[in-house]
Amino acid sequence: MEALKEQVEEKKKVIATLRNQPWRMKRRLVVLKEAQEFVERFEGALGKGRGRKLYAFKVMMAKKLIKFKRDFENFKTACIPWERKIKDVESHFGSSVASYFIFLRWMYGLNLVLFGLMFGLVMLPEILMGLPYGSIPRKTVPREEQPTAMDYSVLFEFGGYCKYSFLFYGYYDHERTIGLLQFRLPLSYLLVGVGIFGYSLMVVIRTMARNANEGGDGAEEGDFTFSWKMFTSWDYLIGNPETADNKYASITTSFKESIVDEQENQKDENIHLRRFLRVLANFMIISCLGGSGYLIYFVVKRSQEFAKSENANLSWFEKNEVEFVMSLLGLVCPPLFETIAELEDYHPRIALKWQLGRIFALFLGNLYTFLFALFDEVNAKLESEKSIKNSTEWIYNQYHANYSSFFNTTDVSIILYTVVEFVKLIVSDIQVTYLTILIGDFVRAVTVRFLNYCWCWDLEAGFPSYGEFDISGNVLGLIFNQGMIWMGAFYAPGLVGLNVLRLLTSMYYQCWAVMCCNVPHERVFKASRSNNFYMGLLLLVLFLSLLPVVYTIMTLSPSFDCGPFSGQEKMYDVVMETIEQDLPAFIGNIFTYATNPGLIMPAVLLMVLALYYLNALSKGYQQANLDLKRKMQMARDEEKNRRNNKDSTNQVMKDLEDLLPNKSLAPPPIEEDKSPKTKPGAARKGVNLQKDVSLAAPNPRAPVTRAPGPRRGPPGNARGPQPGPGRGRGRGGPPRQ
Amino acid sequence: MGNKQTIFTDEQLDAYQDCTFFTRKEILRLHGRYHELAPHLVPMDYTKDPDCKLPLALIVNMPELKENPFRNRIVESFSEDGMGNLSFNEFVDMFSVLSEMAPRELKAIYAFKIYDFNVDNYLCKEDLEKTLNKLTKEELTPEEVELVCQKAIEEADLDGDNKLSFADFENMITRAPDFLSTFHIRI
Repeated sequence: MEALKEQVEEKKKVIATLRNQPWRMKRRLVVLKEAQEFVERFEGALGKGRGRKLYAFKVMMAKKLIKFKRDFENFKTACIPWERKIKDVESHFGSSVASYFIFLRWMYGLNLVLFGLMFGLVMLPEILMGLPYGSIPRKTVPREEQPTAMDYSVLFEFGGYCKYSFLFYGYYDHERTIGLLQFRLPLSYLLVGVGIFGYSLMVVIRTMARNANEGGDGAEEGDFTFSWKMFTSWDYLIGNPETADNKYASITTSFKESIVDEQENQKDENIHLRRFLRVLANFMIISCLGGSGYLIYFVVKRSQEFAKSENANLSWFEKNEVEFVMSLLGLVCPPLFETIAELEDYHPRIALKWQLGRIFALFLGNLYTFLFALFDEVNAKLESEKSIKNSTEWIYNQYHANYSSFFNTTDVSIILYTVVEFVKLIVSDIQVTYLTILIGDFVRAVTVRFLNYCWCWDLEAGFPSYGEFDISGNVLGLIFNQGMIWMGAFYAPGLVGLNVLRLLTSMYYQCWAVMCCNVPHERVFKASRSNNFYMGLLLLVLFLSLLPVVYTIMTLSPSFDCGPFSGQEKMYDVVMETIEQDLPAFIGNIFTYATNPGLIMPAVLLMVLALYYLNALSKGYQQANLDLKRKMQMARDEEKNRRNNKDSTNQVMKDLEDLLPNKSLAPPPIEEDKSPKTKPGAARKGVNLQKDVSLAAPNPRAPVTRAPGPRRGPPGNARGPQPGPGRGRGRGGPPRQ
Repeated sequence: MGNKQTIFTDEQLDAYQDCTFFTRKEILRLHGRYHELAPHLVPMDYTKDPDCKLPLALIVNMPELKENPFRNRIVESFSEDGMGNLSFNEFVDMFSVLSEMAPRELKAIYAFKIYDFNVDNYLCKEDLEKTLNKLTKEELTPEEVELVCQKAIEEADLDGDNKLSFADFENMITRAPDFLSTFHIRI
């Protein structure tokens, strides 16, 4: 009975792994049929006896589940958009350019979900069940702004009706429950705001984990250069003749380069000059970064002074100075960094990593400086608002009727002001990106194409020629844009919707631009082995954008007149209130116990210990891995040498041989200097290149229990150290006699 | 779903879904592609398992394969007779192995078969030379070709017989970071 059950299980497993078997299709179909018949026949038989109905029910449910999962998978694949477009791009440009578009599509999916959450749980209830526009002060455009509220220029800057709409934080009412269903809007707002981060975090980590498995375990860079070049350099996705030609040329070049590398000796470099140049380059770049941070701070302060003065007679430039300066910095600095980096003379892949790191530091620095400058202003205004609040309350007690008119004349909600600035920045960033593509790629391509007829040198082959698609720049831009969206989503619910639109248009626009104006890359360097480099960057950006939001939730007390948390001391008081009033008493008790420091400290301690333990475990595995590699290497070399009838080049084996009975009576021969530290695959004269064994050192961890050298005494007692890698592994060798 | 298609029975479609990495819609689409290669030869009704094979010349003209230097070897590796004549089953099998969802080990097996030009289950020097010449369109000098093949064998050969067995090849290719992304055809 048991055996039968096992057989059924086995057959089921065979069916599940059928597609992974390297069999001919016919054989698979035959095996599938057999296995399915077997399972059906005997599953019925197993169901005899007690629990037969239950077993039959379980089996039926399992079958339904499989069918449901399959239908769902089919549905999901059918829903994936833009498959044709991406395939087109792939066949023309190869897999690395297409990876950007695949990343863009993934972002679009993520943003759709976030938008769904925000819209369904926050915006829709407020629109449907909340108080309509105009009923309370925070939802109305103030009297003095009303004449211009519908102007396009004002709307474009998110003032006017836009500012007082559901797109921004200020519109939401702080009533505890709204509408018929008693929907708790403030609570929902807070939870959705936090949930957005939680969901994004989960999705990013899940994707990273999935990619990590594909990355291939870490073989050394130099181990398989030629083999990998030979077997993995052709991109099977290429379907376009031009691209194929390009690829042939680049593969040939790459082989020639590797051959030259192998045959050349190490260049006699002036190390000091190189180091000095690198230090100089880094110094220049750091001063650039510092300068750009200071410039932004200065410009933000200036714009606040402009805002204090009369609004009407400011030029467009002065009004949008901040965005203009930030976009300019984002455009000018990366090429500048690249030029400075020429001093450093790194291998292209390493240079690419440095470049990406520096661009990252630039964007991050700019963004945080911008935020700090704004926060400074916010704090200053909050101070003044506090004094207004005290006097207002006094007035409120005295003149109830004048309450609403008083509000119409004061500057409400500083946070709203900050958020509007932020949103303007994001929008201008998007505009600049699109403009850059238009000018940098399209106009350039058009001029090269048409001016070529009447120009003295060949514009297409020489300068400026057609542009290549800048993968890393675009991916970074996308990541930073997402970071800004995450930062702003809590205070401007409409921002996520805006981002969905942006990603959608980006997809079509960039697909068109790349097919129309770009040429395939001449040389392809990936920044990392798997896509995890960019995912890791995204994760970092997620955490960094979480910080300001958490800070404001925890420390800033909300304005007392706008937003869903007005009236509370701190924003998270909404949650406390709900726990106290709506949930049964014992849950409140549980929370009080759980947030007791006496409980939290041991929990944190436990997590730290777990981290330490897992770290030690992983180090242990890595060491075991290295040992295994060494063993394989040694075995391989031994085989080779045996076939070539050479003496062993392995130090350990040599020492072992020396320790053999008759040899040990003679003094040890003076060896030629065989330094075990030769780089693997180091260049030697001539075509025959032999890899030196660099791993010949004995196991450094174990103590050497006896020194090598000539020994006295009868051969019978001369028990050498244990065979195998690493001498003295058995602690405490044979005792001396 | 209820798409009333008459090309395959439902059991056939389910069986294909179990044996390949494709969904129902993709299998039907693949049949469309197979059919349009030779509309007069390929029947629209596959419910009776017709015995129809398309020759190599038709298949390597597909846009996905046309520019691939190894297209002949790819089709030959998946054909039962070794001459490149593919039935629909083998056609689906080929694209299933080359699809995104196939695991590394499976791809390594077929990659080995593809690069084994003389079909002796070893990648000997001649195989490597042919591979290299196809990759570079014979732009390298004979000495350079010799050097590269020699180095490749040295790097990957574990048992020291001067040619690459499947174990050697697999050990080398599964660590390659680019293998999965380049050994991929999207259909």
